[in-house]
Amino acid sequence: MVSGIVSYGVYIPRFRIRLDEIARVWGDGEEVAEGLRVFEKSVPDLDEDAVTIAVEAARNALQRANVDPHRIGAIYAGSESHPYAVKPTGTIVGQAVCSSSSFTAADFEFACKAGTAAVQACLGLVSSKMIDLGLAIGTDVSQGAPGDMLEYTAAAGGAAYLIGREDLAAEIEGFYSFTTDTPDFWRREGMPYPEHSGRFTGEPAYFKHVVSAARGLMERLGTKPDDYDYAVFHQPNGKFPVRVADMLGFSKKQIEPGMIVPMIGNTYSASSLIGLAATLDIAKPGDRIFVTSFGSGAGSDAFSIAVKDRIEEIRCQAPSVQDYIGSAEYLDYAMYAKHKGKLRI
Amino acid sequence: MRSVSIIGVGCTKFGERWDVSLRDMIGEAGVLAIEDAEIAGEQIDALFVGNMSGGRFVEQEHIGALIADCAGLSRMHIPSTRVEAACASGGLALRQAVLAVASGYHDIVIAAGVEKMTDVSSGTAADALAAAADREWECFFGATFPALYAMMARLHMRRFGTTHDQMAQVAVKNHHHACYNPIAQYHMEISIEDVNRSSLVADPLRILDCSPISDGAAAVVLAPTETARRFADTPIRIVGSAQASDTLALHDRRDLTTLDATVHAGRAAFAQAGIEPRQVDVAEVHDCFTIAEILAIEDLGFVEKGQGGKATEEGLTALGSSLPVNTSGGLKACGHPVGATGIKQAYEIVLQLRGEAGKRQVDEADIGLIHNVGGSGGTALVHILAR
Repeated sequence: MVSGIVSYGVYIPRFRIRLDEIARVWGDGEEVAEGLRVFEKSVPDLDEDAVTIAVEAARNALQRANVDPHRIGAIYAGSESHPYAVKPTGTIVGQAVCSSSSFTAADFEFACKAGTAAVQACLGLVSSKMIDLGLAIGTDVSQGAPGDMLEYTAAAGGAAYLIGREDLAAEIEGFYSFTTDTPDFWRREGMPYPEHSGRFTGEPAYFKHVVSAARGLMERLGTKPDDYDYAVFHQPNGKFPVRVADMLGFSKKQIEPGMIVPMIGNTYSASSLIGLAATLDIAKPGDRIFVTSFGSGAGSDAFSIAVKDRIEEIRCQAPSVQDYIGSAEYLDYAMYAKHKGKLRI
Repeated sequence: MRSVSIIGVGCTKFGERWDVSLRDMIGEAGVLAIEDAEIAGEQIDALFVGNMSGGRFVEQEHIGALIADCAGLSRMHIPSTRVEAACASGGLALRQAVLAVASGYHDIVIAAGVEKMTDVSSGTAADALAAAADREWECFFGATFPALYAMMARLHMRRFGTTHDQMAQVAVKNHHHACYNPIAQYHMEISIEDVNRSSLVADPLRILDCSPISDGAAAVVLAPTETARRFADTPIRIVGSAQASDTLALHDRRDLTTLDATVHAGRAAFAQAGIEPRQVDVAEVHDCFTIAEILAIEDLGFVEKGQGGKATEEGLTALGSSLPVNTSGGLKACGHPVGATGIKQAYEIVLQLRGEAGKRQVDEADIGLIHNVGGSGGTALVHILAR
């Protein structure tokens, strides 16, 4: 059964803070931004959270392909910053986009790959014809403790994908997941900020899982990096995706359109999905895209995607990733701290 | 006192060993050493292990019993002792093993060292290491190890005209040596410009002036020299073994540009061996920071006080010169799992004296020296080895 992406939509808050401004406050040098290869990150408005971002992204996805929301049979929202510990994000999104009440919903959490896990769950229900359309969302207003290295990259954004069988903008040819118990990054119940194991988040976490999932999928499908026009890898910073692409044999040119982290930071559950959206924004029918997410804890989902003719019809019907990146309003650290709720009154 | 020889050596790969535990590494190093010596576990009479802070790094103390257990020797009920002298814990374990054999108390003794440092954050690791300084009179006032060695460096620069480029050359040389050492943490060449551009830690020391946080273990097997040839084709004799102490806090020292503990241990070891410093063919010295190697080659008498920077700049201590120093890559580039370092130094010198050091082999190496320091110089150990 051929299934895939019927439509997609993204949302990135318009506020930004430059990494140099964060470094100024903490007494770090300009080399921090250069070292991370990230220069600005997105910041949510005072009243934005993972739910409002998910709603914006979902509305853009529905608008792009002019889809009747009543066709949606499942809403899975992946995030590590769901505003409620108990009470789903998915129900709020469903009501906001005017779906019927005849849909199943659950919230997903798998660090930065909860969004791609939601895509996989929708693919299962769609491919088995249990539902017509599934809405998979990755959304985050990610947290980084003041002064922690995470604060330099923890950003806000969301991406929504409508998964179905008909009128495909892109076919998902297959996926492969690689998952282990690797404690590289975590946030315990009730704690405001995540903790991480420093350099351990690199080699045994990000690189091991991304490489294993990517190689696993290419082996399963009998493909190689040259078979793809574009590639997207999870972007916790600007260095890791470039290095992992090189390790796997993908070129800088292949990953360039999807490299959004230098301008918006790490949008966590939305990161690889916004990268894919930026690539779909410019891809031509017949192009193939290789996508691999990464979530701490840890796991990676790799997807092989073939772009269809329909992309040309729907592409311009909703804001592109570049549209959001291009409209930025800069905050100083004080206003950023207020926006992020770091000032407790 | 009996003459003592090393009949077997083993060392794990040094680095960020996230896939193995402290007990895995000690087992690996122990098996390598025992296989090298071609002895059976039942022949071992005693174990000594250097470990600085298993309690802080992996929440494991009682490392003595642990290593006997890991080695499968628990049923033999042999004595197994953990010793600690901060970064000189490994050298201290070697010396305790030497004394045990020399005294006639034991015949076949293992000296091992192990540290698993990367299971905790770098902040926690730095604080555990700071316990080697004077907590009340140094650390509570904000001193860290880079800061203490930076003070030594600044005075050395002022008093003797030593330059930062000369210090950087220590790192450049040791990284070059490490490229030839399969067990080294780093296999990457660096330049003086790389060192000068790296992040400032404590002026004038930059991150590439500092040894890294590492995991690793090493072990050597000792036997009386009179029976050593039964086990090894080329037993390596320990002809000098000395240990000295000094004030714990740097500010109480007679002189900030000399580690008196090194001077005293060095003199005693050379006297035991009956040799002069110029007779040493290869040396492993304690380069926890680049300035530390410059101080070491001066305090051990290889060069005049104040001339260490210049000698390094002129290449005296590089492979191919008259006194290659830190052919393993040193603490700087081979890595510095603190408890294991002193034993790794012995491992390197034994390979050199046996002629088994591969691409980093020093020609006609007959006498080697190892120098291991605890903290900022509160403890120093010097061993002299000969083939």
